[in-house]
Amino acid sequence: MNFDIWDVHTHLAGVPGTTPETRMAKLLEYADRMGIARLCVFMGMSWNYDPTPEFMRRSNDEVMQAVKRFPDRAFGFVYLTPKHTQASLDELNRCVRDGPMVGVKLWVAMHCNDPALDPLIARAAELKAVVTQHAWIKITGNLPGESTPMDMAELAARHPNATLICAHTGGDWERGIRAIRPHSNIYADINGGDPTAGFTEMAVRELGATRVLYGSDAGGRSFASQLAKVFGANIPDTAKQLILAENLKRLLRPILSEKGIKL
Amino acid sequence: MKPEPSIASLDRRDFLKVAAAAAGVASLGSANTAQAADTAPSGLIDTNVYLSRWPLRRLPLDETGALVAKLRANGVTQAWAGSFDGLLHRDIATVNARLADECRRYGDGLLVPFGSVNPKLPDWEDDLRRCAEEHRMPGIRLHPNYYGCKLDDPDFAKLLRLATKRGLLVQLVLIMEDRRMMHPLLQVEPPDLKPLADVVKKTPGLRLMLLNAMNVLRGQPLLNLLQAGEVCVEIAMLEGVGGVAGLLEKVPLNRVMFGSHAPLFYFESALLKLKESPLNEDQLRAIRCDNARRLLAKKS
Ligand SMILES: [Zn+2]
Repeated sequence: MNFDIWDVHTHLAGVPGTTPETRMAKLLEYADRMGIARLCVFMGMSWNYDPTPEFMRRSNDEVMQAVKRFPDRAFGFVYLTPKHTQASLDELNRCVRDGPMVGVKLWVAMHCNDPALDPLIARAAELKAVVTQHAWIKITGNLPGESTPMDMAELAARHPNATLICAHTGGDWERGIRAIRPHSNIYADINGGDPTAGFTEMAVRELGATRVLYGSDAGGRSFASQLAKVFGANIPDTAKQLILAENLKRLLRPILSEKGIKL
Repeated sequence: MKPEPSIASLDRRDFLKVAAAAAGVASLGSANTAQAADTAPSGLIDTNVYLSRWPLRRLPLDETGALVAKLRANGVTQAWAGSFDGLLHRDIATVNARLADECRRYGDGLLVPFGSVNPKLPDWEDDLRRCAEEHRMPGIRLHPNYYGCKLDDPDFAKLLRLATKRGLLVQLVLIMEDRRMMHPLLQVEPPDLKPLADVVKKTPGLRLMLLNAMNVLRGQPLLNLLQAGEVCVEIAMLEGVGGVAGLLEKVPLNRVMFGSHAPLFYFESALLKLKESPLNEDQLRAIRCDNARRLLAKKS
């Protein structure tokens, strides 16, 4: 079966190239080999756990530069930090309301159950932007500000109208899936961990195929290992198609149509 | 999950797809799913599969018959199989006997058993003897971090020496799963690899293959180890976009082999890596089968 594939989670880091545009081109070269039509991309050429407003703006500029060159292939998400509320709200307006971006990326600056996120999530929901939150449960110890899926469940309960994407499904997916299960506005993005067999089957069984999204975390990860989580799963082709693209299209359709982009 | 009926239907569907491709019905590159039969040269040796049960969860393909069907449907012509039981069991003799028996009963020659030998168990030399003499295994698969055996342990060096004397290929598994998500009571760190190059140099004739090495061992330490002797790696835990092509920029082609780490990993991961990287026919053939075939045929 020839699936339509949209990738909800890629980066410019870990990809060869000296400019955002050349890295984006390289990423798309590999995406083409794997039959991936579109990539969501966020965070710039270099990363910072706890970005200053200046760093955040530079990252987003780099992503917008990359996306501008390939408007039919790539969607940008704006990198924000709840440590700098006003700067983040301004950045949200600059990149999403007034710019081409369609989603928000929050990483490890602060646990996402903190009330400091509330104004950002509320504004993202107003703009119909989806919100991807990094989440991991590490037995080796999380970073000080690194969220877990349990933190995300608290955030989701406060913002039932926001569309939240749990990146990596918490890494420890057997616990992550359970943690997000009660909140129908959290979607499981299966990217970033090893292609451990049974992951996608459990996500589909516990959340339903409509709440599961394919993402890769390329360039740090290969497209191959992450696509294998879908292609290799013992689930119907209809579920695979939902995970590979249809769910993401459904989530992005409101903001894309607001921007005049038809699917 | 109720795997039995759906696995059977999936395998049948995969089988039909492969059969269609082999018959020239499916056009090249028409499907973006993992299909071995569409572009690849014939022959695919998976150097890294396991039988029996992963201790911490049931896996969709942990019944040997289902695993064999998946491998065959994806064009695998030979699979080197270790046993999950080799990680924690103490009665290693029965682990290896079951492994050999399982390989004989299923797969019709597809599965090649690689026995476990734990050099911290009393009289482990007899496990090694049985692997070679009774089960006629071509190699052994070692998990020293699960045995509590460091790589500078004299018993480890002795095991490599005796295995080499018997002409056995040695597979050394560096890690089984991402250490960040291990069970709290089963946190098994990868072994300290610093002593390994020295052990390799002191074991002339050793053929050593590192499994699940690529996220633990990179850069100069990897190159040093490859230069220390006849040491190879496989791609199950290789990551990064275009990972295989990237690896070949640093590592000689004849040291890189195909390995999936199925059924703990989705088999398709390794296969799709060969599609993601632009590889020429020679590179593909070497990684898919020629390197592994040559390594296994060579007896020291
Ligand atoms: Zn990421």
